[in-house]
Amino acid sequence: MSDKEKFADIGRVLDLLCPMHAVLDATGHIVHAGATTHKLHPSGDVTGRRFLEIFEMKRPRSAVSMRELMAMAGGKLHLQLRPNPRTDLKGILVPLGDRPVFGPAGGAIVNLSFGISVLDAVNDFSLTNADFAATDLAIEMLYLVEAKSAAMEASRKLNLRLQGAKVAAEEQAFTDTLTGLRNRRAMDHILNRMIDTRRDFALMNLDLDYFKNVNDSLGHAAGDHVLQTVAHVMVSETRSEDVIIRTGGDEFVLIFLSMTTSDKVSAVAERLIERLEEPIMFGDKECRISASIGVTLGSTYEAPDFDQLLDDADVALYAAKRRGRGQHVLYDPSLRASAQSEVVYMPERRRG
Amino acid sequence: MHGLINRSVERFVHDTYGEETWAEVMRRLDLGFAEFEPMLTYDDELTVKLLDALAEVLDRPDTDILEDIGTYLVSHPSFEALRRLMRFGGVTFVDFLHSVDDLPERARLAVADLNLPEMELREITAEYLCLTVHSQKAAMPGFGHVAMGLLRAMADDYGALVFMEVKDSKGRRETVEIRLLETAFASGREFELGARAV
Repeated sequence: MSDKEKFADIGRVLDLLCPMHAVLDATGHIVHAGATTHKLHPSGDVTGRRFLEIFEMKRPRSAVSMRELMAMAGGKLHLQLRPNPRTDLKGILVPLGDRPVFGPAGGAIVNLSFGISVLDAVNDFSLTNADFAATDLAIEMLYLVEAKSAAMEASRKLNLRLQGAKVAAEEQAFTDTLTGLRNRRAMDHILNRMIDTRRDFALMNLDLDYFKNVNDSLGHAAGDHVLQTVAHVMVSETRSEDVIIRTGGDEFVLIFLSMTTSDKVSAVAERLIERLEEPIMFGDKECRISASIGVTLGSTYEAPDFDQLLDDADVALYAAKRRGRGQHVLYDPSLRASAQSEVVYMPERRRG
Repeated sequence: MHGLINRSVERFVHDTYGEETWAEVMRRLDLGFAEFEPMLTYDDELTVKLLDALAEVLDRPDTDILEDIGTYLVSHPSFEALRRLMRFGGVTFVDFLHSVDDLPERARLAVADLNLPEMELREITAEYLCLTVHSQKAAMPGFGHVAMGLLRAMADDYGALVFMEVKDSKGRRETVEIRLLETAFASGREFELGARAV
């Protein structure tokens, strides 16, 4: 068998086992290469070209001569394709020796692989299954990447839908997430039910005083802590059948069932203000607030109307604020007259 | 049952028969929701009820519907990703057939809790192969029919001409008999590794 025949034989073996190989002669020129290696070059044929002119050695160190390249035999090589798209490649070099059973004396075989750059490489070089050895896991890896991307996309869409559902559920909820009290949405519902069932009750509008100072000077975390403490105080100062609603930032509405006398409701209001004026500790900082309260009694109306009740409690609340902080006022129609006669700024409070 | 299975049935009905038909199926089931979530798990029994309701609404044998679902899954544009994943199985249709054994394993690689029925391919002659689908074990009665529909569409995809039929075996497993008439009948559809489906 001539050398040339032997060479052609081994070339066929290499072509099948490692389609991305190159056989180099002693001067570092490519004398034979696998089909995939040829695809890496824009000309589609690497035969006769100098290996290092096509591939740049990056690690473990650069090489400009065949001798330098041979010195790295047996270890993992990091190479980069010189022509665009400058694909990163992994490789291994095996020297053929001085009297090789096949191939050029003093030459070498280099086998190459894309490593992680295979994802781009299949695009850049229009590779197909046939460009990889049957035993190469590259196809399985590509499969996995696609399968996982599809599964992740499905998961991502589910997350988005769940997120949307959560927001919708929160919007429909009757609970204020910060304080655990009822929220504004719950108020309409509760008040309407009470009026419909003709139950007697006292309606209290409560605004925190100096709360803005806490928020401004100590930050929102302190503000949130104060609101939670306030909620706790209100719950402990009311009966379980009473309803406490946080209608806005530092605004609350309290509904006391079966409370029909001004004495009783005044006592509760006084007690609430007293408790809320107790210093609230936030870390080592002391927060001091108070509360203004306006009250109206459901029993004083012939036909209680939701909007009317809230509006009257509001008028009482502003009267309380005008008397200085930490006051409570029971609604009386005369308050409206005095409110109109005084030239005071009264911000419009919205219910609902 | 994995939500992907129910969702596939849903997409099939939607794309093939329209929104109103799907709405009618869901009305009959009365589940309190209108769509299946592909990434959640549902009762196995529900999938059976879903297919029963569908057969009723469409007034067609469930085996025909199952086969159509199989075909739909790899031929409809909205499931292009699945067709591509299938094509990773082999360069030729015969190659692909020999990868079908791995299908449940491949499915698990993609979605860890997706359990497809075990499948065994036997090559009786080079032109006559049998695929046994152990559908009952995976709680997917009749999955052999889905497999046949899927293989039919894949044969088309590879450009192979095949004759197939399903032999049922007491509902526990189905055997798809595959007769290869010509492996390169038509040119088939393109498959490039790099052209990822979106």
